[in-house]
This record gives sequence, C-alpha cells and structure tokens, in this order.
Amino acid sequence: MNDWYMLTLVGKDRPGIVARVTAALFDGGCNLGEASMMRLGGNFTIMLMVQFQGSAQALAAVISPVAESLALHPHIDHIDAALHQHLEPDVRITVYGADRAGIVAKVTGALAEAGLHILDLTSDVGGSSERPIYVMSIEGHAAEGIEALASALEVATAADGISAQLTPIQTMYG
Amino acid sequence: MAIFEILTYPDERLKQESALVEQFDAELHGFIADLEETMRAGPGGVGIAAPQVGRFQRIVIVDCSVTRKPVPNHGRLVLINPEVLTWDGMEVGREGCMSVPDYTGNVIRATQITLAAQDEQGQPLEFAFEGFEARAVQHELDHLDGLLFLDRLVSRRNDLFRRKVYQPKPTKAKKAE
Ligand SMILES: [Zn+2]
Repeated sequence: MNDWYMLTLVGKDRPGIVARVTAALFDGGCNLGEASMMRLGGNFTIMLMVQFQGSAQALAAVISPVAESLALHPHIDHIDAALHQHLEPDVRITVYGADRAGIVAKVTGALAEAGLHILDLTSDVGGSSERPIYVMSIEGHAAEGIEALASALEVATAADGISAQLTPIQTMYG
Repeated sequence: MAIFEILTYPDERLKQESALVEQFDAELHGFIADLEETMRAGPGGVGIAAPQVGRFQRIVIVDCSVTRKPVPNHGRLVLINPEVLTWDGMEVGREGCMSVPDYTGNVIRATQITLAAQDEQGQPLEFAFEGFEARAVQHELDHLDGLLFLDRLVSRRNDLFRRKVYQPKPTKAKKAE
C-alpha cells in the first residue's frame, strides 16, 4: 500500500520550527522521508515526504496544532512516491547577472529545449535594493548530452550580460 | 576467484582503522585478485578498499581507466600501505560508495596529491595523481582510516565557506604517534 504524503508548510521564519514540526509528526506515528526545508524571503518553507498509515484528514489532525501555534500554513497531498528513486545529476549550471524579469524563464526554457531535466534548483537575489543581482544554481540530467546544453546556454545568455557556467558532474564511485 | 560481500553502512566495522600489511605472500595476492573481481562486479566502481569487504588491512585498488568520460589516469593500481605525501588545491566533486547504496553527495578533495605506497611484492611506489583519480585515491584511503564520504559532505550552499576551513586528515602525523 502506498502511504506517502507530501506535506508543505509555509510561514514566518522563527527559531525551532523544524524541531517542533518533526516532533509532532514523530509523536503522531509518522515516518519522515526526503525533505527540502529553507528560509526564503524571511519565510520558512518545508516540503517533506511523510509516511503515515491513515487518511489525509488524520494527518492534518496530527499537524494542525503545531502548525497553528507556529502560524504555519499546511498543505497535504497524497502522493505516488517511494524512497530510493534517486536520479543522478550529470551537470551543474550556475547563472548570475543583474536581476531582470524573465532571466529564469529564458535560461531554463532554452535548457529544457536542449534536454535538461532539472533535479535541483536554488536561486537567490543578492546585491543591494538599487542594484540587485540574481544567482541561480541548477543540478540536472542532460538527456541530450552536455554539448547541446552548453550551446543552448551560450545563446540564451549571450546578449543579456548574464554569466553562466556549466560543469559536467562525473560521480566517483569507490 | 570469488566476489566478496560488501559491508554497507551502518555496519560499524566500516568505522574501524585498518592495519599495515606486513606479509607480501601468495595469500595476499589471492585476496587482491578477489578484491579486484569484487570491484569490477559493482557497476561503475573505480576503486575499492580492503575494509569494504571486511579485511582490515591497508590495501586499495583504483582503476580510473574505466570511467564513462575519460580522465587522466594511471590505469589499474594496487596500492598497499599508501600514504599521502603532499596535497594541493581543493575541489568539490560528487561521490558515491559501494558501502553507501543509493546516496551520492558533494565532497571536497585535494585536486593534486603525491603518494607513496608499496606494490604487491612490497616494493616502493610513488605517484602523482590529479583530479578525478586523486579524488578516487583519497576516497579509498579514507576507508583505511574508518572514514566514509558521508564524514566529509558539504552542501552547495556552503561549499565556498567550507572550502576555506577544510584541512586534509594528517595521515603522516597520525602514524608517527
Ligand atoms: Zn567507498
């Protein structure tokens, strides 16, 4: 039986969120899987695979007291999922430049067309309010080869003064 | 010839330090042949260390001539009682391990090392390794000291910071104790 849920929680960041949420889940009989948790723009965001022998409603009852007390908005999806399904990235791409509308769509659009399957993307805005800079880091799988990605990236970033770097990842198994 | 069973974490024995090899005899040569067969049986493996199959002696095999994308390499190497002499450069790269199934992660390694070791007859060897091969050798040497790549993980978000504070394990100083 598939008993995995994706639990999403978003709210104002404050110390202790992870500890309190995971304690409530443990006490409620949940098993935790893969997760991504990070602070974005002063908010704390949690995406967490939760294994739970019960309905989405029952899981909501487990999480709602702690979510309410921390002012987090929960969202629960029953998902078709399993552990040990990792895909290995074979390319890392970093892109940075003056922050401008449309950078992400343009670059990721060109990369998708050249066969990039994104496995992990994080981006950040640094610099100052007057002169923000955008930095993006992607790990992915190059379905049509690294060369196709490299030329797509060159075309997508050439005109706009965006800098991009593409590094093949060769995982060492030993 | 035989293929050994690979110890997998959380088997505590992987955390154990291995002893120097003192006898370079037929038994050792037989073990090395089986160790190599075990390495070749695993998909994509470019190295193996004796403690991964439960023999706690300072023996590793590395062969970076078999990578999907070619890298500079010295071919098949049997390194006994290996010792890093010098480290240079730092680089983040992705590693996996036969003893840690279904997980890979980013690890900082020296980009260039020089190494002294003995061959299967006990004769002295010296090598200079770079890049991917240097990474493979450092990964295997860690096994001899009871370390896994899990002990050296960095995340992409902080690797620039970690790069500054990283110190290679001082193998030489330790042996002198
Ligand atoms: Zn290993």
